Amino acid sequence: MIRMLFALVLSALAAAPRAENAVVRLATTTSTDNSGLLRALLPRFERASGYRVQVIAVGTGKALRMGAAGDVDVVLVHARAAEEAFVASGAGERRYPVMHNDFVLVGPRDDPAGVRAAGDIGEALRRIAATRAPFVSRGDDSGTHKKERVLWRRAGITPRGRWYREAGQGMGRVLQIAGELGAYTLSDRGTWLAMRDKLPSALLFSGGAALRNPYGIIPVSAKRYPDVNHAGAMALVEWLTSPAGQQAIDAFRVAGERLFIPDATRTTARHAVAG
Amino acid sequence: MQSLGEAIANALGLLLGGDPELWEIVAISFRVSVTAMLVATPFALLVAFALAHFTFPGRKLLVTLFSSLLSVPAVVVGLTFYLLLSRQGPLGDWKLLFTQSAMVIGQIALAFPILVAMSHSAFHALDRRAWETARTLGAGPLRATLTLMREIRFGLFAALFAAFGRIIAEVGASMMLGGNILHYTRNIPTAIALETSKGEFAQGIALGIVLLSLTFSVTALLQHLQQRRMIGR
Repeated sequence: MIRMLFALVLSALAAAPRAENAVVRLATTTSTDNSGLLRALLPRFERASGYRVQVIAVGTGKALRMGAAGDVDVVLVHARAAEEAFVASGAGERRYPVMHNDFVLVGPRDDPAGVRAAGDIGEALRRIAATRAPFVSRGDDSGTHKKERVLWRRAGITPRGRWYREAGQGMGRVLQIAGELGAYTLSDRGTWLAMRDKLPSALLFSGGAALRNPYGIIPVSAKRYPDVNHAGAMALVEWLTSPAGQQAIDAFRVAGERLFIPDATRTTARHAVAG
Repeated sequence: MQSLGEAIANALGLLLGGDPELWEIVAISFRVSVTAMLVATPFALLVAFALAHFTFPGRKLLVTLFSSLLSVPAVVVGLTFYLLLSRQGPLGDWKLLFTQSAMVIGQIALAFPILVAMSHSAFHALDRRAWETARTLGAGPLRATLTLMREIRFGLFAALFAAFGRIIAEVGASMMLGGNILHYTRNIPTAIALETSKGEFAQGIALGIVLLSLTFSVTALLQHLQQRRMIGR
């Protein structure tokens, strides 16, 4: 019965077959998609390569799990340790650096915890914990959430209590929640810039190596999953790390501000002639 | 803050402006849900008819099961099929995850219990003698079944509307199984979820109004046809 249903569905949709090798499936984070970056980049890649990219925008943790299950061809994410584990497990082939931006600490304009005056992010977090000022955490195992937990740990604090709230939602939602609650939160700069006009919050702390936010692209291993579109994934990797792709990243602006700084140094040597 | 008025103006602009991206999203929504209804309805009606007409062991249990399946959250249906359809899952070879077919499958699973439960009550309300009369008047089993369906068409239409209403509006299963891929598996509900998460509330409401006005038109049209047929009879 179930098989029959499946067969029926398949035949019903036979009019729209998926040209398997022309499509690259990219699992990525909401920060690259919601900021508009991919909309600016991917049409150029599609024109240059003939591939079509299907973007599935979720948190980094989920994107990596989709890659580990072989459900997508390539992942573009931002959580260095998890990315390295993904490659070490054999599911990811190799990590290529693409770009970076940084995380920022956002909160109520009147800054009750006084994080504006903090010397570093660790001190800023300790001030929030000490004053029990409300803090909204992503709580969704995304790249930003992973980063936030590392920052708390380095600050020597186990955040717990009524002031620390785990939302379990994407960055845009969490910024809205923090705005409504007059709470602090950690955001990637891209989503913050894209949303700040709609928010009552202010950027209170940024800067320092601890808040760096590098993005890497990792093709899913063709050895582990022979039927992934590895050629398509590599074409996307090549283009994003090529001078053309890197310049497009560099030129991308939201409200006049540059959101991502290109990182792919290896390409300069490799594509210098072709570029 | 964006006002509701702004959202409505926005919706009208989107609808009348012929924004191709919007119409693509609308087309995906209807295509997926109509396909799901076309596949689910004949099977569901057969099951409902069998449950109402025959007595067999486990019948009551099945009726209870279909009624309780009505309250399963769409996201649980989505999750179940996600695990089945993932490359790691038992049906991974079908390569259906993050396709429109996967969305259709999820929506079939959502529509099926509604169709069965509601049309079962409609069949059940029917006097058993109607069937026997039709049979003695020389109708074959298929013909007799169709005659009965005609008798209870209001109940069956109600089941169809309810099932279509649930699947055209659900976000959980479509998000999990389709992945909200632009131009491919982004339908109206997942687009609304995305716009809301970006803080584009006016755009989200506008899409909601688009969905409402389109389903209103379809429902009104079907009801109009249904009534005309009744009068014409």
